[in-house]
Amino acid sequence: MNTFIKYRLRLFVTGHTPASLSAQKNLRKLCEGELRGWCEFEVVDVLKQPELAEEARIIATPTLVKLTPEPQRKVIGDLSNHDQLLHVLDMHLPASEPAGH
Amino acid sequence: MNAQTLEIEKLPTGIGGFDYISYGGLPKRRTTLIAGTSGSGKTLLALQFLHNGIERFHEGAVLVTLQEQPEDLFANVRSLGWDLASHVAQGRLEVVDACGETQEYAQVSGEYDLGALTARIEHAVGKVRATRLILGGAGALFSLFRDPHFVRRALRRVVMALRQLEVTALIVVERTDDDKMARYEVEEFVADNVVILRNRLDNERRRRTAEVLKFRGSFHQKGEFSFTIDPVDGIDISPISSLASSAEAATTRISLGVPELDQMCGGGVYRDNIVLVSGATGTGKTLMVTEFIDSGIQAGERSLLFSFEEDREQLVRNASNWGVDLGAAEAGGLLKIFSEYPERRGMEDHLIHMRRAIQDFKPERVAIDSISSMEQSANARSFREFILGVISYLKVKRIAGMLIHSSTEVIGNPPLNDAYASTIADVIVALRYVEEGGAVRRALTVLKMRGSQHDKRIREYDIDGDGMHIKELHGGEKGIGSGAAPSAPQSDAALGASAQKRE
Repeated sequence: MNTFIKYRLRLFVTGHTPASLSAQKNLRKLCEGELRGWCEFEVVDVLKQPELAEEARIIATPTLVKLTPEPQRKVIGDLSNHDQLLHVLDMHLPASEPAGH
Repeated sequence: MNAQTLEIEKLPTGIGGFDYISYGGLPKRRTTLIAGTSGSGKTLLALQFLHNGIERFHEGAVLVTLQEQPEDLFANVRSLGWDLASHVAQGRLEVVDACGETQEYAQVSGEYDLGALTARIEHAVGKVRATRLILGGAGALFSLFRDPHFVRRALRRVVMALRQLEVTALIVVERTDDDKMARYEVEEFVADNVVILRNRLDNERRRRTAEVLKFRGSFHQKGEFSFTIDPVDGIDISPISSLASSAEAATTRISLGVPELDQMCGGGVYRDNIVLVSGATGTGKTLMVTEFIDSGIQAGERSLLFSFEEDREQLVRNASNWGVDLGAAEAGGLLKIFSEYPERRGMEDHLIHMRRAIQDFKPERVAIDSISSMEQSANARSFREFILGVISYLKVKRIAGMLIHSSTEVIGNPPLNDAYASTIADVIVALRYVEEGGAVRRALTVLKMRGSQHDKRIREYDIDGDGMHIKELHGGEKGIGSGAAPSAPQSDAALGASAQKRE
């Protein structure tokens, strides 16, 4: 199953702020919905791992980073705009036309 | 507002003059905003605050940059001999690099905050136990996030976090105009403490000034102060400070090189006196300088001569006409002559250059010939600050100084009042032409001699191949020059009054 993973994502959040929680919820919905089996994500709490935020030069939270495939992309915010999210990350729904927005 | 609010403690910046105008430095454990136009020196001042903190006060420091690459910032100050990269390597400086091209790809959607930046700052402060922090390029946030209300609110939260971290912080922001507030009206979010740097064209010259606009709950000097960027020391704000603090005055006396003049002063001038010599062209001012320096050389003292009127060769030739070998003295290491055009640099730069020369050569005597040529190439305020800067520095170093002032009036009372120096000089010697029975002669008088009795009468003098010779008491000084020369006591009273005001 893992060999099919196309997108690796990392979500930076600050503790349990409303925006952090809703970003996690929105991302989970995407990865367990349309992109089920194609994407994998991890959540980094900058309060616990500030050095990871430093490394990736993150300033705002929530920030979603698309690690692979290249090029790396970032989206800042609670990820509530689903179409914009797909467009910005340049992600396409599997076996279909590029997602509109 | 509680009137009993305690005066906020200050943290010294170690920046020449800044700690004076701010009454001790930046408000401790508070955030101060420093705003200025591009090229006003704000980033340099901020970096100097960090550098001094690390090197002089052994404090940890954090640099947060949102716009310029840390490497570029480091490179800009390397010429000053500041090796910030080595401080990073040695764990004294931590950089929060929040700029870079990756930000360009960031897109914004929905709710967010600057939690990651705050977390990184907290992490960095903890890592080097920082007490000083600077945050530069906050303007970049406005182009990244578009919504200025959000950015201002977010920055206010950052400032609150800094407060909790108990660091003394400087936030650097850019202004588009010297007379307007910061570009994004960010003063609002840290309005408690604001410093403004300006870089204006003034008489076709750049004039940099620093002003503490406000420090809430704390005192500071008001108004703009000139500063310059020194190739070695960085920012240096004209130090008017030391003038007010008079350390115990010297009691030993030195010779001015003309025995009769020493006599008139009550046995020479004091070791730390500033002597102003004023006179019209041809009255022997440069000779006075030569005698002053020669008597220093005779006593084995080191002398520094700043000439803004004649070049070295001319000076040496003139002196040799009076039997003084300045060339030999310079070769022997007791004398150093600096000669240049006043227009070559701005007043602040002249001041810095002269102070550096004094610091390096460590003279016991300094002569400036003349301050009038400087006056002509500057506006009144710059000149005044220059003179104050020179005199206060000589005072601090306890160096005997001779300043030459050319008066434009050939005959009569030299208009000393236009020379600001007259009120702060300890000794004033006026050289002048007087008319007597159809003939023009030269006469001098000691107009002022602080802290000592002196001869207030007018004495005639001659200049020959041996230098200056002051004659025995002039027979009829009351009749001199058909009123052209005022009686000495009168002038002295006038000058004394202005001197008293200062004391």
